[in-house]
Amino acid sequence: MKITILGAGQVGAPVAEQLALEGHDITVVDHDGDRLAALGERLDIQPVSGHAAYPEVLEQAGLGAADMVLAVTASDEVNMVACQMAETLFHTPTKLARLRAPEYLTQPELFTPDAFPVDYIISPEQVVTDSIHRLVEHPGALQVVDFAGGRVRLVGVRAEPDGPLVGHQLQELRHRMPGVDTRVAAIYRRGQAIIPEGPTVIEEGDEVFFIAAREHIQGVLTSLRGAEETVRGLVIVGGGKIGSSLAESLERTPVQVKLIDHNPGHAAQVAADLKHTLVLQGDGADETLLREENVGAMDMFVAVTNDDEANIMASMLAKQIGVQRVVTLINRGAYVDLVQQTGIDVAVSPYLATIGRILAHVRRGDVAMVHSLRRGAAEAIELLAHGDASTSKVIGRRLDEIQLPRGVTIGAIVRGGQVLIAHRHVVIEPEDHVILFLVDKRKIAQVEKLFQVGLGFF
Amino acid sequence: MHLVTIGYILGVLLMVFSTAILPPLVMAWAYGDGALTAFADAYLLTLGAGFLLWLTTRAVSREVSHRDGFLLVTLFWGVLAVFGALPLYFSGVAPGFSTAFFESMSGLTTTGSTALSGLDDMPHAVRFWRQEMQWLGGMGIIILAVAILPILQIGGMQLYKAEVPGPVKDQKLTPRINETAKALWIIYVGLTVAAALALWLAGMTPFDAVSHSFTAVGTAGFSTHDASIGYFDNPAVEYILTGVMFLGAVNFALHFAFLHGEGLRAYVADPEFRTYAGLLTGLVAVVTVVLLAYQVYPSGEEAFRRAVFQAVSIGTTTGFATADYAAWPSLLPYMLLLSGFFMASAGSTGGGIKAVRFLVMLKQGYRQSYLLIHPHAVAPLKLRGRPVPEAVIQAVWGFFAVYVSTFVILVMVMLALEDGDFLTAAGAVAATLTNIGPGLGEVGPADSFASISAPGKWVLALAMLLGRLELFTFFVLLMPAFWRK
Repeated sequence: MKITILGAGQVGAPVAEQLALEGHDITVVDHDGDRLAALGERLDIQPVSGHAAYPEVLEQAGLGAADMVLAVTASDEVNMVACQMAETLFHTPTKLARLRAPEYLTQPELFTPDAFPVDYIISPEQVVTDSIHRLVEHPGALQVVDFAGGRVRLVGVRAEPDGPLVGHQLQELRHRMPGVDTRVAAIYRRGQAIIPEGPTVIEEGDEVFFIAAREHIQGVLTSLRGAEETVRGLVIVGGGKIGSSLAESLERTPVQVKLIDHNPGHAAQVAADLKHTLVLQGDGADETLLREENVGAMDMFVAVTNDDEANIMASMLAKQIGVQRVVTLINRGAYVDLVQQTGIDVAVSPYLATIGRILAHVRRGDVAMVHSLRRGAAEAIELLAHGDASTSKVIGRRLDEIQLPRGVTIGAIVRGGQVLIAHRHVVIEPEDHVILFLVDKRKIAQVEKLFQVGLGFF
Repeated sequence: MHLVTIGYILGVLLMVFSTAILPPLVMAWAYGDGALTAFADAYLLTLGAGFLLWLTTRAVSREVSHRDGFLLVTLFWGVLAVFGALPLYFSGVAPGFSTAFFESMSGLTTTGSTALSGLDDMPHAVRFWRQEMQWLGGMGIIILAVAILPILQIGGMQLYKAEVPGPVKDQKLTPRINETAKALWIIYVGLTVAAALALWLAGMTPFDAVSHSFTAVGTAGFSTHDASIGYFDNPAVEYILTGVMFLGAVNFALHFAFLHGEGLRAYVADPEFRTYAGLLTGLVAVVTVVLLAYQVYPSGEEAFRRAVFQAVSIGTTTGFATADYAAWPSLLPYMLLLSGFFMASAGSTGGGIKAVRFLVMLKQGYRQSYLLIHPHAVAPLKLRGRPVPEAVIQAVWGFFAVYVSTFVILVMVMLALEDGDFLTAAGAVAATLTNIGPGLGEVGPADSFASISAPGKWVLALAMLLGRLELFTFFVLLMPAFWRK
């Protein structure tokens, strides 16, 4: 696929890297020549220097032949205008834009084909906020991702010795929790993936990924972790877009929120916008402040400033003074791996949270959603099954008849509004949303092929 | 300072004001009640003075500065009170010019304190003139409060103007001050006409209906009878007046928003209105319970009716009476008088410190306690979900401090002049500074201010003016810096 990426910043650069590695033809446009040159040296891409919304620059970037444009510059306005240019001057089929300002995002009628022709809006801050919000809902989880508009969730969780299911076979799950339907999609034991079967025994420390309907998640979590956990008190460090919108979304819940920001002007702005949140001005890594506000007794600590190091230090301190669960926002890929050893429970990466949204549009086949898991190594994907029993390799077949590549499991099927957890006797019908878990994302090509509609098969 | 221009404006204003003397003049002629010459003289004198002033100053530029506004507004009320006193003085109903001036100032500032008695037997023209002055004063106050004081950067409306959504978000309700004045004028006149019709239908004579609609909309409190509203002994009249007074003490910018498409939301969403309505409801409840507990009235219905009327009348700083509430169980007269300090809204015809300032002080008190628990908290004081600037909060505290000091000093002055009891002095100052009208002690609702000496009357007239102009408009004139070039 020919893809033009506008902007080589925090989102643009890693996306370009990922897509180039997947074998796409990538052109990157940025006004900063040095940044572009550095990227061009590292990757097999075509760099174009210039203003990302100028027709001349876009022409030079070969937008006329591109299948997709990804407008991810730092400026919402440039991204919007670039999509307009792509539509009007170059008739680019697919246009994605990164938009951040809620002032625009709350006006969906702006992004229709006769206004700003943006086919899909990417909003990393919103995605991160939502994913942290889901962690607040399910505090035991390492990662919670939504499929089918939130009706189905895939949850990653570490098994604790207190969990009633730990030390038992997977197939006991159904007897222990009648009424709760779930499917364990993958288990990681000491970093190695195990393909879960009925007799597989869950061990303490296992990282378990399971799929279930939203209302069953808490039950499964409890069976793997023991006592039911809920967040009543939460501390947010950083009153930026993520911090303030997380606090705002939590104001509609009974969760008590304290938000710390070190910038007086910023803190005042946040305090003006929020109603019930206690806004504190100070350093998130100031032990005196944390003790004064009794942060140690809080259930969750979320560090979401735009400074990775500050987030990590504040989180480690919070963990040390006794916070149960610590969530840290980390931009740098290298740090994501690093912090796993520090006691920080969950590292959230805006890049990893967002990349799936872009991949969903790049993949062949009809992909509704892609989520990157385990720091990009694994992938969960929501595919639509098209065709009929004669043209498709999956439709009309029972799940145990489908020959999945090794390391790939089907977790659930969404048919209309109904969620079907993947048991072997389920038969796939046309237009089903099939949710698959790929232990190794390199298997994606095989999965795509499996779901492709055969042409003139017979 | 553009003294000549100020003279020019005053001249025009006096000529306009002189036409206000014409309706009672016609009335004096029609009733043949003997006040015709008094009103004719007053009319000619006012018109003549205005004309002379206009003639001598008309050639200059019309430029008025921000600073001139303070002097102009103070002079408006001062000079008009002098000329408004003329008909009362000439007709002989007032025993001296001090009394006439006191009455006239009480009228124009919509205070409603009276030093006259035997109202029922006075010429119709005189009775009507007192009511009319209050109606004009109320209108002047609305325009002053909504349109002029914000320009001078003082007054509670500043708190309002930053907070109102929709069409009235602007500093002024409409882009041009003329349009604003016209819009307010229409609301004010509309309310008055509705009130007069309702009172007439409820059984008042047309003369009384019009007269009382004037002083109810202006939350002013003059009556054409010594017994005030008690004279009519008519529950329908009392409830109608209660409603009119209630609306009169609501910010007129809210009425404007209500009529311009916001509907009831305009009121319900306003924090000051909610404070005002809440305080008033609480006051009515307490008064009713106390009256019932002490069995002041034979029936629960009467206790409730008296309580509602008296609470609204004093809370809105109107000052009508249907009962001698000074004789009620002693909690009530003090509580009622105190309520007049805090209840009426900014931008209404009511007086006192205003509900919005009270609300800001309350919130600030809460905030300071909160900051003791969370020393690092950033807790802005919010009205309508938006933070109030620190400077405005300080201005509110400053206003409160000056208000209380002024009250205390005036009480001391009254004690010095009258050598009377403290209750009378404090009651008189409270009633005039807040523009309620009747005080306590010798100037209570059953009595009049006739017993106050001439110098005392001048001091109380000043108190009315100070209360009306929200203190600072006047106090700024006393500063040497104001007069320096």
